[in-house]
Formats: sequence, C-alpha cells, structure tokens
Amino acid sequence: MKCQHCNVAEATIHVKEVKNDKVSELHLCEKCAREKGYHSLVEKGKLSIASQLVWMAENLYPEGTARMGTVRCADCGLKYSEFMKTGRLGCPSCYREFSAQLKQILRRVHGAVRHVGKAPGQEGVQFERRREIQRLHEELERAIEREEYEKAARLRDRIRAVEASASPEGEPVDEAARTPEAPQE
Amino acid sequence: MGLPISEMLSTEGKWFGRLGDAADSILSTRVRLARNLKGMRFPGRALEEELSGVIHRVENAAVAIPELEGRPLVQMAGLPVLQRQFLLERHLISYDLASNAGHCGLIFAADESVSVMINEEDHLRIQSLRSGFHLDECFAAASRLDEQLESSLEYAFSDDFGYLTACPTNVGTGLRASVLVHLPALVLTRKIKKVLAGVSQVGLAVRGFYGEGTDVLGNFFQISNQITLGEKESQALLNLERVVRQLLDYESKARDMLLKDAGRQIRDKVMRALGVFSHAYLLSTEEAIGLASAIRLGLTLEMPGLPPVEMINEILLCSQPAHLQLMAEHEMSSEERNAARAELIRERLSHHAAA
Repeated sequence: MKCQHCNVAEATIHVKEVKNDKVSELHLCEKCAREKGYHSLVEKGKLSIASQLVWMAENLYPEGTARMGTVRCADCGLKYSEFMKTGRLGCPSCYREFSAQLKQILRRVHGAVRHVGKAPGQEGVQFERRREIQRLHEELERAIEREEYEKAARLRDRIRAVEASASPEGEPVDEAARTPEAPQE
Repeated sequence: MGLPISEMLSTEGKWFGRLGDAADSILSTRVRLARNLKGMRFPGRALEEELSGVIHRVENAAVAIPELEGRPLVQMAGLPVLQRQFLLERHLISYDLASNAGHCGLIFAADESVSVMINEEDHLRIQSLRSGFHLDECFAAASRLDEQLESSLEYAFSDDFGYLTACPTNVGTGLRASVLVHLPALVLTRKIKKVLAGVSQVGLAVRGFYGEGTDVLGNFFQISNQITLGEKESQALLNLERVVRQLLDYESKARDMLLKDAGRQIRDKVMRALGVFSHAYLLSTEEAIGLASAIRLGLTLEMPGLPPVEMINEILLCSQPAHLQLMAEHEMSSEERNAARAELIRERLSHHAAA
C-alpha cells in the first residue's frame, strides 16, 4: 500500500483515529508520519511510557481530553488531567471511573481492552468459564445476524453445556455472562 | 531490620551461582508480576499510614510462605545509600525503590531467586530470577509466590482489565518477563540495530544492562514483553522465547561470519581482553564489563585457556561499586574502587590459572 500523503513511499505506519465519534484510518510512510506529528508511533519505544500516554490522550482525543480533564475519580480524587501528566492512576477504582478513555488508550498500548489469563484463586476457574460463555454469546449473535441458524443452535447448546458445568450445584450463573455487551457499571 | 550483608556476600547457593540453559549467551531470566491490594490507593497516591499498612499486610502474608519464612523485611527508609545500591546491583530492587526514602520495602528468599518489592509503583512487585534461559521455570516460581500471597491478601482485579496496576501499561496480567542476552557478534558485525528494530516491531522492548532508560553496556541487551492485556501469560512467554531463540540464531550466524572473515582479529581481541583483565591494576566498571564481554565472546567461540562463564558472571557481580565497598567494609573513592576491582579480578583469575 502506498502512503496516502505523498503517494510515493510504501505505507508502514497505520493509524486509526477517533475524532468526533468517527473512526478514520490513515496509512502513511515513515517520513510523512513524522511530518504529521505521529512521532510516537514512528519511534515507539524511544519515548517514555508516560509521555506516550499523554501524547495519545492529547492528540487522539482532544475533545475528550478537554471534557475529561477536570473529572475526578470518586474514590481517590485523582483528576484525569493529573493522570495525563504522570501516566499513573490513583487507585483501582480509577479504571472504572475513567473506563471509556482508558479503553482507547489500552487499545493503543496493548491492542486489546480485555484481560485473558490468570485470575485470583477460585475466581480463576469461574473467570475462564465466564469468558468462554461471553465469547460463545458473541459468536451466537454473529451467527444469528448472518442467519446461520444451524450454527446458532449448536452454539446455544454449547453455551448451555458450559453454563451447566459452571454451576455444578445448580447455582445461578453470573448474570454478567448472559449479557456480554452490558454497559460498564 | 537491616540487610543480612555477610550472608549475601557469600555466593554459596544463590541463583546466579547455578549455571542455566544457554548460559554462554544468556545471563539471566527475570519475571515480575505487578499486584495491588483491593480497595487501596496505589503507592504514588497513598498516605503514609496507608503505605505502612500495606507493608504490614504483606509482611504478615509472607510469614506463612516457606521460602520467605523467617526472612527479614528490609525497610528502605533508613537503609544506608550503599546498601540500597548493593540491592540494585543484585537486581533485587529497582532504581525507583533505591531512590525512594518513603514507606517501601523488600522481602527476598535466602537464595535471592524470588523476592517481593513493596510499595514501588504498585503495592507488590513479585519477582523471580534465574541464571540462563528459563522463562517457564521463572514464571512458575513467581506465579506460585503470587498464589501463596493471594491466599491471605485480596488483590485489586476486574474481569475486564485483569490485575489493576498504577500504570495502564502493566494492567491485565501484570507480567513483565525479561531475558538478559549477550550479543557481541551482532554488535561487531553492525547488524544489531536492524535485528533489534525487528524485535520492537513484534511488541517487545529492548533495554540496556540495568533496565529502563540506561545505556547498553558490554553488548548486553534486555528483551522483554510489553503487552499485558489481551494476551495470556503463556502466550507472552512463548513470544518472548521465540524471539530470543531467533536472536541467538542470528548471533550464532554472525559469530560464524566473524570467524570466517576476521578470525585472527577476533582471537586477538579476546586474548588482549584476558590479558588486561588478568593483569591490570586499575579497572573501571565500564572497562571491566567491556573486557568481560570480549572474554564471553571467546567462550562462545570455544577458545581454549579462558576462565569459565560462571567465574565471569561472579566477577561482574562482585566488582560493582557497592559490592566492593561492602566487602571492604568502608567507603572508597572512585580510584580506590578501580584498584580494588582490578585486585579482585586478578586474584580470582590467578586462582583459576593455578587450578
């Protein structure tokens, strides 16, 4: 793919931008990416983590930043603008309070917004099952959208089976698992 | 409580005394897990009494763990600068912790293979260290300690974001696995930049000998994972392992090329380094690391008459500034240290030559 800006060099930097709730994609060569100010994408790793976060917050979501700047975490009182200065959150609740903004940053840093892997103790097994059920539900929705009813039926049976194994003593299955796209808190 | 210095200065039975896999190219493997306590503000925003509360809770949790039972909790407040520097040189604490005068601490096992930093950026930084290339073993040790601590501590965890950490770059698994690898042939053949650029393309980070923000000394590079969210621990470890194996492969090819094109010059470089290493009367840290690097290169080329890699590793560890001063039991000027360093190296190598 050629660079969208100069139309000469090969595009090596791919930028997804969210502005005013609109997603746009940019494909740039290294030189144009620098010129357009995407330094941190070009020189990823050379910048400190905190400054990368700040750069992302300021440049990618300027409207959000202005609006969010004075918002405080209800638990520890950290202002979002303080987080942008230091790159450090104040307490576990900050993840809930700043969830929407953080998700955008996390997507950029990690390429994902959802944890997989280890979880504390007993929760761990339950967690893996909840995740599996969540994943199956999403697949089921897609199957229904595409009118693949046989596949949907198979997925429905699989979900029932996993749910049954998740509650051996007939405990009700966590409600969160049934509504995979439930809004945050 | 203070540091058990004399116990630590004896290298008997420590993790770095064991020779691990691929030891000629890989110095050490490190895994750390970042954890925080539920409902508590992260250290950077917590009040002093909250911080000392965290130390107290971790200390109580550690008592029940066999590897940490009876081990002193080292409070950083009040610990002399030299001793902090000593812990830093042994990779037991970070720069941040070494320079923090507040309520933070450290607990570590007698063989120093596992440790817990308290109130660094996160409430707990669980760490495991191994000699050579042992990612799975290292993770297993850190993970076991994590679970033992968790049986009496409740962690901050969310289904969506995983283990919650002060910095969003660690959230999720909280896992940072790193491998300290020696790549002299790639540096000498000027291929290192290209190779390392490839490493950062696949989402891994490259740092110098001492970690974040420090210069690369003696052709040692630290390769570590960066992604902690949306990727399982096992996957992160596998990715890192693959890339490091590939680096070793490139290094070995570069070595073959060096031998073929400049065998005599390389052998000369190695033996000159050994000559200076064994006979000098003044050696700075940088020079010693550089010479050790050349000798290690000679070892990978299977050149005869060189000291074994364990001895080189031990010399590198013990000839660091705080180590020298604590061994001598007094503070030294820079020149005194350079003399003491050269003396220590001469002595160790003459033992080897005599044996």
